[in-house]
Amino acid sequence: MSAFFELVHLTKNFGGVQAVSDLSFAMEKGELAGLMGPNGAGKTTVFNLITGVYDPDSGQALFKGEDLGPLKTYQVTAKGVARTFQNLRLFQRSTVVENVMTAAQQHIPYGFVEGLTHLGRWRSGERAIRAKSMELLDRVGLADRANQAAGTLPYGHQRRLEIARALALEPELLLLDEPAAGMNAEEVNSLNALIRNIHQDFGLTILVIEHHMDLIMEICKHIICMNFGAKIAEGTPEDIQAHPEVLKAYLGEEETA
Amino acid sequence: MSGYTEGIITLLCINAIAAMGVSLLTGFTGIFSLGHAAYMALGAYTTAILTIQHGIHWFPAILLGGGVAVIVAYLIGIPTLRLMGDYYSIASIGLGEAIRLILENWQSVTRGARGYPGIDPYTTLPVALGFFLVLALCMFNIINSRFGRACKACRDDYIAASILGFNTARIRIYSLAISAFYCGVAGALLGGFLSFIQPVMFDMMKSTELTSVVVFGGLGSLSGTILGTAVITLVTELFRPISQYRMLIYGAVLVVVMVLRPEGIMGNREFIPWIRSLVGRKKS
Repeated sequence: MSAFFELVHLTKNFGGVQAVSDLSFAMEKGELAGLMGPNGAGKTTVFNLITGVYDPDSGQALFKGEDLGPLKTYQVTAKGVARTFQNLRLFQRSTVVENVMTAAQQHIPYGFVEGLTHLGRWRSGERAIRAKSMELLDRVGLADRANQAAGTLPYGHQRRLEIARALALEPELLLLDEPAAGMNAEEVNSLNALIRNIHQDFGLTILVIEHHMDLIMEICKHIICMNFGAKIAEGTPEDIQAHPEVLKAYLGEEETA
Repeated sequence: MSGYTEGIITLLCINAIAAMGVSLLTGFTGIFSLGHAAYMALGAYTTAILTIQHGIHWFPAILLGGGVAVIVAYLIGIPTLRLMGDYYSIASIGLGEAIRLILENWQSVTRGARGYPGIDPYTTLPVALGFFLVLALCMFNIINSRFGRACKACRDDYIAASILGFNTARIRIYSLAISAFYCGVAGALLGGFLSFIQPVMFDMMKSTELTSVVVFGGLGSLSGTILGTAVITLVTELFRPISQYRMLIYGAVLVVVMVLRPEGIMGNREFIPWIRSLVGRKKS
């Protein structure tokens, strides 16, 4: 029996640079795992390979036994994988609620002709899309800002909005790319609580990218550490903290006198 | 109402239909076109040939004219809109010129550069106004539906749009096809209004005029597009007595608005919600 989500010898080169080399790890359903590593270790490239932004050179990304590698981005989403971006990719000019509605509409269909004429299921469909979006905004604490342009939100709120938008896709696997980047300590704490909550309540499998060790140690029980595109360690927070390779990657080589 | 006023309003309706088509593609989907007059030409010639040569009633002929524009747009869209970037914009220039040249040189069917005379004057004011109202309602509906949000997502960030599960290439192609239908119908109505069409009427000048009206009214605002069409059509008509100099005023109006309001007359707001928000602000 194969794992819920599994990377098998995933490799990607950019010119002469091995961005991801022979990366393999597996995740169980319902797990909250962390992918860490110093800047430039290839973490975001892994997400781009999984979601079809790039095609892998070799290896597979198996989701419920199916290889996501050859699929286009929108097909990966349809399989039940959602993600957020390190450099936010919100629809800046649209309102906060419209951002979520754009994702929420994928699971509440009505026909093009119903949209054209505003007859049939249009009214009930639009109402359901908006209700679902408001519920998710409430969840991430942005309900009172629903009608503001997304680009005018403070940075920490924009990150929460991206999470709400990803949740609106009703994913089974959620990939969070540095959700705490640019946040202060207080914001990081409330973000941790949010990630834990959605992990429990939605029964999600979550993979978080972070390069801040303390954050990832706190919420993840299963951690994969990368450096220069390759896996250097895998295990529990305690294993990782004690792992000599990890210390070397983060603190540099110890000088022998 | 004098015949002249009626004529201006009819022309306004026709121009607004074409501009709404371009607005969906350029304002809401973020793809610039410099060849949409070609779809107007396709609609105009198809309808003229169908009504004169084949005796088909003008109403189905107009819809078929729009249909031919859709088919051509779809075929052009498949190779050019799959790629991201300005490929379609460049292709549209070539398309616009190619179609105009085909119309000029395919003597046996289009009667060439001298034009196609004797079109039944079916475009009366009520017909043009009726088409305008129905198509405007449809366009407002499209924008306030799933498809409209999908277009805006593709415009604002195509990577985010595909992560949210949209097949962005397909959405861009559909958007082009709908916009071609609007332009095809507008061209067909223009033929019936003037009773005479000529390839030179659908040259690149006409294409750029359509796109500039949309930018002028505000990218991403359908009411802005309609308002922009009204301003430009009226400016060019009201100053007709000073003949060629009116183009000077047309240019000046464009420059002044783009300097004072680079986002266009309406920005990306729509008229009714905007009024509502203004009224609401006064109350509170």
